[in-house]
Amino acid sequence: MILKILDLSIDFGGVKALQQVTFNVKEGQIKAVIGPNGAGKTTLFNLITGIFPPSSGGIHFDDVKIDSLKSHKIAELGVTRTFQNLEIFDNMTVLENVMVGRHLRSKSGFFESAVRSESTKREEREIIESSLDYLDFVGLSMRANDMSASLPLGFQRYLEIARALASEPRLILLDEPAAGLDEKETEDLMGLIRKIRDKDITVLLVEHNMGLTMEISDEIVVLDHGELIAEGTPREIQYNKKVIEAYLGEDDVST
Amino acid sequence: MQMPDKKKYFNRNFLYVGTLIATVILIPYFLRNDYYLHVLILIGLHAIIVLGLNLLMGYAGQISLGHAAFYGLGAYTSGILTVVYGFHPVIAALIALLFVGIIAYVVGVPSLKLKGHYLAMATLGFGIIAGIIFNEMKFTASHLDLPMGGPEGITDIPKLYLIKYNLNIDQILSLKLSDITGVSQVVPNLYAFNIVLDNDLKYYYLVWTFTIVILILSSNIINSRVGRALRALHTSETAASTLGVDIQKYKVSVFVISALFASIAGSLYAHFIASVGPSSFGFHKSIMLVVMVVVGGMASIWGSIFGAAVITLLPEVLHVFEDFDIIIYGLILMLILIFLPEGLTRGVIDRVKGRFFK
Repeated sequence: MILKILDLSIDFGGVKALQQVTFNVKEGQIKAVIGPNGAGKTTLFNLITGIFPPSSGGIHFDDVKIDSLKSHKIAELGVTRTFQNLEIFDNMTVLENVMVGRHLRSKSGFFESAVRSESTKREEREIIESSLDYLDFVGLSMRANDMSASLPLGFQRYLEIARALASEPRLILLDEPAAGLDEKETEDLMGLIRKIRDKDITVLLVEHNMGLTMEISDEIVVLDHGELIAEGTPREIQYNKKVIEAYLGEDDVST
Repeated sequence: MQMPDKKKYFNRNFLYVGTLIATVILIPYFLRNDYYLHVLILIGLHAIIVLGLNLLMGYAGQISLGHAAFYGLGAYTSGILTVVYGFHPVIAALIALLFVGIIAYVVGVPSLKLKGHYLAMATLGFGIIAGIIFNEMKFTASHLDLPMGGPEGITDIPKLYLIKYNLNIDQILSLKLSDITGVSQVVPNLYAFNIVLDNDLKYYYLVWTFTIVILILSSNIINSRVGRALRALHTSETAASTLGVDIQKYKVSVFVISALFASIAGSLYAHFIASVGPSSFGFHKSIMLVVMVVVGGMASIWGSIFGAAVITLLPEVLHVFEDFDIIIYGLILMLILIFLPEGLTRGVIDRVKGRFFK
């Protein structure tokens, strides 16, 4: 088990956004978190990546308790993410965005950077080369020198993925990677997510697109009103009564 | 796969730095009035502070409305240590650097947990407190028997020197020579070993050497791992931290660095102007520094130089308007911010490009 979530709860001024959520993620699998709007999926991601701490319960990554750690410490351990409402560094080029992702894999400080020491120069070359590799991996290398804000939405999602991958995580959290993508792009995205898994990176994703979720996930957990109502393979979830009641009842899932 | 324009960037930067160095070297030959040299030195000093402030504000996105305090702390520490305790100016400046670094760290750690307006208020408060201390601090330089501090500040700060023999050898020698020859003579050559920056031209070159070195260091920082981390946390602290950037550490580091730059400028200022008073480092100065950053262009290394130059020169040029100078000054600032909100460098470049290279 690469990630263990135990009795995780959080209140926002009385609103119970998550209540006693418990599930595990196995190393090397693609796991999806689904649920209607407001079910607490993004909140769950924010807790795992340390954006805010839980009210109670625990999160363990590789048997290290991470629920009281700060985001950058969790990232150091090997967990990164993308964002539903894109958080691109829009004052930088596409390549520079990915280069920020190499932060953890390099170590020049202020002084070495200021005097541009030999080790910094070497490191900088390494950062550029590997960042270009990651751009290539998501198919964006031809846009490397464009300003990131000029990319269309779909490419910005890919850029976030490349940036997250550049930190060489062991677990990547994808927050609605298919939101706003058309059918063709979604198809490509599925290929990309599988490619990520093939690099031995565990994938946990939140997704509204049922087609994508059912097709690529090894396991699915379903949240509703902050509670975990089901967990299982895509097939089990499809036929789960509670899920159909809570989820399919109010959301048209024709895909 | 195409390689990025790293090479091109460095070549272009070498060209810019070369142009700046050439300009700095040549300008004094075209000046007919020593006063202009004085203004150029002030521009260099301001540019040093603005470069640091631009790292903090323009790149990392953290405001400071109290930066004149660090400038003042540098100047006062240098002044007090050399005048009252007789320290060597270079040692005094290094102690000032250490002292300002510690103060900046102590102020930065709690302040930089705040954001936006709250951070502005915190740094403003720090600046005002420092201003009050400059104004109230009084002591006596015992061996000089001069009261120091208070509104008059520190006076009689020595000129900056690296080596200064003070053995009166020339006097002894000239006495002996005069014994022999019967004519009073001076042997000036012994002073050739002394390195004293006793005229404005030498000082001008010293200050601008610092400015250019700091410009290069800042530019290197921006185009590096730490520079990218700073720019990243400016746009999205959340995203930067999930990529492993220790937000608080970087904010405090850049705050301390910008304070150190201000301290260097302060020490240079103290030895240049020979007396430092509280009025030079008050709230007004802090605002002027921020204005220099904004007018020059946020997140623009070269803009820092232009901003410092324009805002330092403007009052000098506007003297011709006599009583109306402050109104016209304000008007010009407003026009710049309305029509070139990205600052002079970026704004002018964009406009020129827009017109000629569509």
